Amino acid sequence: MSDFNGISVVCELKDGSISPISFEGIGIARTLADSLNQQVTAIIPGSGISGLAAQTIAQGADKVIVIDNPELKDYQPDVYLSVLQSAVNQLKPQIIIMGQTDTGREVAARLAFRLNTETTLDCIDLSIDADSKRLLQTKPVYGGNAQAIIVTETDPQMVTIRTKAFTALAPDTARKGEVVNFPAVIDASAMKARITERKVEAVSGIKLEDARVVVSGGRGIGGAEGFKQLEELAKLLNGAVGASRPACDNNWISDTAQVGLTGKIIAPEVYFAVAISGSSQHMSGCSGAKTIIAINKDKEANIFKQARFGVVGDWKKVLPAFTQKVKELISS
Amino acid sequence: MNIIVCVKQVIDPEAPPASFKIDTAGTKAEMKGVPPVIDPYGEYAVEAALRLKEAKGGKITVISLGSGLLREVVKKPLAMGADELILLDDPAYDGGDSFSTAASIALAIKKKGDFDLILCGREASDTNAGQTGPAIAEILGIPCITLARKIESGDGNLRIERVNSAGFDVIETPLPALVTVSNEIGQPRYPTIKGIMGAKKIEPVIWKPADIGLETSRAGASGRRTKVRRLFQPVHEGKCDFAAGETPEEMAQNLAAKLREAKVL
Repeated sequence: MSDFNGISVVCELKDGSISPISFEGIGIARTLADSLNQQVTAIIPGSGISGLAAQTIAQGADKVIVIDNPELKDYQPDVYLSVLQSAVNQLKPQIIIMGQTDTGREVAARLAFRLNTETTLDCIDLSIDADSKRLLQTKPVYGGNAQAIIVTETDPQMVTIRTKAFTALAPDTARKGEVVNFPAVIDASAMKARITERKVEAVSGIKLEDARVVVSGGRGIGGAEGFKQLEELAKLLNGAVGASRPACDNNWISDTAQVGLTGKIIAPEVYFAVAISGSSQHMSGCSGAKTIIAINKDKEANIFKQARFGVVGDWKKVLPAFTQKVKELISS
Repeated sequence: MNIIVCVKQVIDPEAPPASFKIDTAGTKAEMKGVPPVIDPYGEYAVEAALRLKEAKGGKITVISLGSGLLREVVKKPLAMGADELILLDDPAYDGGDSFSTAASIALAIKKKGDFDLILCGREASDTNAGQTGPAIAEILGIPCITLARKIESGDGNLRIERVNSAGFDVIETPLPALVTVSNEIGQPRYPTIKGIMGAKKIEPVIWKPADIGLETSRAGASGRRTKVRRLFQPVHEGKCDFAAGETPEEMAQNLAAKLREAKVL
């Protein structure tokens, strides 16, 4: 009988608030915990964060571990790892959930091996197996060509979740929970690599991951010049410009615009795929979009299998006419 | 600087999606009729190693793990310019997960010794797990930096730019360290004719589990911590509504009208 019990969600902060993905993690943790009859614990590492515990309780946590220390103000991998390792060793959760974010993907993988277990990154579905009571972890593999259902045989069973793959619960401020302060145990000898600078690349207009409308271009765009036309449509619709990997690899647009398995995973309302063939690796990044609209000269292109609306034609002719028509429709 | 690069032989991720088939047991996939390749993510790691060697000198050792590895495939990093190749090639290594694979490679690296830097791809293109690199670092107890887009070598340390969603972080680390390399590092070079000829003359070193002190119960499928319950292909219905028209311009206008009608815009 395992002495591991409960589900822990490691919360991540963004500009002093808890990231939406952490609430999504608490949401699915609540569902899983109810079917296992176990508790949900939110772990919040950070600096000056005492006011945040109540939010995680309202979102579904039974217990909150607050690790408040100035050393945790900005993400330093070795510091975070040391602190989380000591917290998890005390808590002994059976399942640990983190976000598949810049930090989560790295911390989860390293923490798992320190705990002598393994993690499954980028899960899009989680459920409890009725017979074994183990966590069934569904993740895209083979660049999105397939999905695997994975079971971890050691505890804790660790996962990261894909952004917007799970839904946060509606906050209930009447919920009660326990808040516990943990000291930040920082093993100074383990501090080897340090982040010395954080460079934020300036984005004009709305951020790709927040945009309601995204206009993306692929290999078929053929150069940086073409992306200016995509930008025109994006601006018109108050959206952002994205790209597939070949377009970024060719430096037609910044790497931060990349949508796909190795770029950003987004879920806008409307996604325009212009001259994008629709490789699995790209679709991994945009298949959460509500409506996909494709413009491609190849009728057999994979993108049309997932698109709701499409035009088969040369984007150089289609796009200007489309943008013009949208302009007219908007002003009428 | 002596660099070890870990590279995997995988089914060709660039093969047409139609050739992608899952076996009847539902746990493994293949690209029917398309030969395997060196993992493209691993090629970025090889490229990063070659650039460091050009700047600072040293030797590049490539390690690949698997069963029945094809020499013409796993020798590609040698043709690109790496110096030596160690193959952990044995049926016992087959079917592993990140845990057993990393345990085997870490033992091989210990046996090899004399390294300053270990490079891996950010993830493998088949499992998309992204864990073998971090796992090797944790087993060896060395610093781990993931998702590098640039690596510069200083005096006994490295300056690394790590990709993130807003831009990049600059990280400084002492050596030895393990770094996983992302595609933003830049296109891997093509092997030259001279490189291909040179690679032909290099005999890979082959280490069986016993050679690295690995019990077969910890290798490959036997050493797994995770099991793949099922592998499947998601089904897409393909109900695309194509805008009609005589000319591209007319189709474009009809598309806009359709989107307006469906209240998408």
